[in-house]
Amino acid sequence: MKDDEYKLFEPGIDMDPGTIDRREFFKLMGGGIFILFSVGDPFALPRERRRRGYPQDFNAYLRIGEDGRVTCFSGKIEMGQGIHTSLAQMLAEELDVPLNTVDMVMGDTALCPWDAGTFGSRSTKYFGPPLRQAAAEARAVLIQLAAEHLRTPREKLKVKDGMISVKSNQKKKVSYAQLAKGKIIERHLEKKPPIKHYSKHAISGKPTNRLDSRQKVTGEAKFAGDIRLPGMLHARILRPPSHGAKLKSVDTSAAQKIKDIQIIQDEDKIAVLHKHRDVADKALGLIKAQFEPPEYKVDNKTIFKHLKDSASGGQSVAEAGNLDEGKSLASQTFEKAYFNHYVAHAPSENHTAVVKIEGDKATVWASTQAPFRAQGEIAGVLGFSPQNVRVITPFVGCGFGGKNSGRQIVEAARLAKLSGKPVQVAWSRKEEFFYDTFRPAAVIEIRSGLNSSNQIVFWEYHNYFAGSRSSQPFYNIPHHQVLSYGRRGGRGSGGVSVHPFGVGAWRGPGSNTNVFAIESHIDVMAEGAGMDPLEFRMKNLTDKRMQRVLTAAAEKFGRSFSKAPSGKGYGIACTDYLGTYLATMAEVKVDEKKGEIRVERVVCAQDTGEVINPEGTRMQIEGCIIMGLGYVLTEEIRFKGGRILDENFDTYETPRFSWLPKIETVLVDNPEMAPQGCGEPAITSVGGVIANAVYDAIGVRMLMLPMTPARIKEALKIKEK
Amino acid sequence: MEKTFRFKLNGKTVRLSSSPERMLLWVLRSDFELTGTKYSCGEGFCGACTVLVNNETVLSCQYPVQNVNGKEVMTIEGLAKNGNLHPLQTAFMQHNALQCGFCTPGMILGAYSLLLKNPQPSYREIVEALEGNLCRCSSYNRIIEAIQTTARTMKGLRS
Ligand code: FES
Ligand code: FES
Repeated sequence: MKDDEYKLFEPGIDMDPGTIDRREFFKLMGGGIFILFSVGDPFALPRERRRRGYPQDFNAYLRIGEDGRVTCFSGKIEMGQGIHTSLAQMLAEELDVPLNTVDMVMGDTALCPWDAGTFGSRSTKYFGPPLRQAAAEARAVLIQLAAEHLRTPREKLKVKDGMISVKSNQKKKVSYAQLAKGKIIERHLEKKPPIKHYSKHAISGKPTNRLDSRQKVTGEAKFAGDIRLPGMLHARILRPPSHGAKLKSVDTSAAQKIKDIQIIQDEDKIAVLHKHRDVADKALGLIKAQFEPPEYKVDNKTIFKHLKDSASGGQSVAEAGNLDEGKSLASQTFEKAYFNHYVAHAPSENHTAVVKIEGDKATVWASTQAPFRAQGEIAGVLGFSPQNVRVITPFVGCGFGGKNSGRQIVEAARLAKLSGKPVQVAWSRKEEFFYDTFRPAAVIEIRSGLNSSNQIVFWEYHNYFAGSRSSQPFYNIPHHQVLSYGRRGGRGSGGVSVHPFGVGAWRGPGSNTNVFAIESHIDVMAEGAGMDPLEFRMKNLTDKRMQRVLTAAAEKFGRSFSKAPSGKGYGIACTDYLGTYLATMAEVKVDEKKGEIRVERVVCAQDTGEVINPEGTRMQIEGCIIMGLGYVLTEEIRFKGGRILDENFDTYETPRFSWLPKIETVLVDNPEMAPQGCGEPAITSVGGVIANAVYDAIGVRMLMLPMTPARIKEALKIKEK
Repeated sequence: MEKTFRFKLNGKTVRLSSSPERMLLWVLRSDFELTGTKYSCGEGFCGACTVLVNNETVLSCQYPVQNVNGKEVMTIEGLAKNGNLHPLQTAFMQHNALQCGFCTPGMILGAYSLLLKNPQPSYREIVEALEGNLCRCSSYNRIIEAIQTTARTMKGLRS
């Protein structure tokens, strides 16, 4: 396989590569009881209409077992974000069964309904509704069956904990398991039953501990690299020193001397395989290879100029009024450019896959956010039909958008085919940094103006390669234009990229950069207006939800702002991330000598619509804030052209225990609104809130992320002059 | 050159023929199929591979198997006794001190070794003891709370 040929993930091009048929499904599930239910007859739908979307057939989502246990099937995967728990809560609530009787099966292409992948804080928002509907229909069918069984009209029955009883005579009862017993039941409902109103919820909406934690504290939880198969070989692959480098010569003679080593050449790739990973590592180290790296044109010093030079044809993301008119109304104008560097996903678990091939069938265990995409991809690579490829997703150790692409799965599949053995490919940390699809470096230029009563009258926003998410203004600005250069962060199509290596979605894609720039610039204007940053925001906003989260954060944080530099270092930032609203406030200390920022306290108020698991939501907000400190304070990929200089956590510094600020979360109640996402929103505000707090502390406006000590000291020096 | 090593692994005496310089991490994960010990950075920078040797934490990705000869090794699989979770494990569950769970075995063993030496650690002492353990999901605050709860309820660890 050629290194440069691997096609990175692009959202929106996925098709359902082949849903398994019902009979096949029953076979895989072994024994057990199924209650088949439907509204109308979904199987009458032409196959085409069942593609690319969640199945109409709600049997695809759940199964009630003979033992009364309920299995929930979801094509989503669990990588830490906690949907293993929140999806189970939604199902248990709607079906009326105890939460601890629900078992989750996730990311298994043979058992779960098709899914595009787990990203964009979409799991609850988009998968939640069909799951709830499925459970509600199952419950309605079970009541119908119970009515016949107990010879009592439906209205006289009640359901609790998987038991249906007669209201007036509790002894007359039948359990879900008994109803299902011994046969497959097929039922049709005349009309869709309604789902429960949130005020009736007893499981959903209640703080719930993670259901996967027991496995994870005992070491039983399996990740892809923990799969052990008879005869399995660990493969290590010879890598180029830089992207685009060509292999000139190679000498594997020393490696060949290792006992039981297998060496495979697959086009320009050379792999060593052994039953022990460390022996394969050793063999790899013995290979002598010469590569010819391409001349490098850009590094992390010149990248921003390169990006701006590469930009053409901005696309309008939002516009209103007329910029010239807006400019004529302005009594003060502001112009600044904001920058951020490439950032790595650096997941805890490196990309890993195990592939086993038997005849014309393949089984794949992979750390992936997109198992169905991997299924199609592997089918293509092996020349198998997609139905014959089963991708199983064990627990995934972090994703953050970095595991949408499946290069390691393709590598394992090809090597399994060539070696005739099950093969595991688990990237080293160096490979992880090398093949990561970084968050793109980006430049944002903003020009804006205030009228004499401190209203924002124009806003001109040029976004170079960040990606456009969260760049639409939510402030009231009569004349604005938001332009985005470089679609999807400059990944381009057909492999043409302005970046010297892969870039891609990174937790809160686009938004981290945009919110940093927007919320920094709002503070710049607040200062120009001579106003408190909170007051200035409130004045220029009419969005009630945004006002509510700002007020909630400020109340919790408990102070108003004084004029910078106050020496104290308080900051604020707010945003709307795909429908989730949040406001964050922070307190920082800056050591001017060392240039070090210490974040003391962060308050985040979030309105995410109806909350399924408040405990899970808080965990996500806290994780977002701490992880966010990484890209704000230290994380920056250093590179020379296609050569990645950061290869491990010694130089690429991610947050650790000593960084920990005090974190307080406020969940702003809004159950009337459908659930929104919560895995990403809070991370997008961290750049803005810290930059604003740093300005408040030392009177220096940091325009570039990360705000390293060197950059702080540099900025302080310039200020003194 | 292969040599034979004898050591205690989670309470049982085991024997292994191996070349002496192989790292303990891979011996545990491959030869003994104890996969709770994780590989993440492979170079001693993250703590995911933390195990205990004679109750002291070591980074098993940097620890040659010859060094365990005659000693006692404990991995995460050895912490619960007869299906009864150790209080640290329960506290991690109660505080939801994990997300993806990949760093968790290393965190728990790091905390275990700390509490053995220092049953009532201060906040600072917890941070210092675990500073080398990375959690990309950033469950740090909850991990500290779980350790504090364990210290409060246990008053000293039995091993
Ligand atoms: S894997 Fe051993 S310290 Fe990271
Ligand atoms: S829980 Fe995911 S790395 Fe710690």
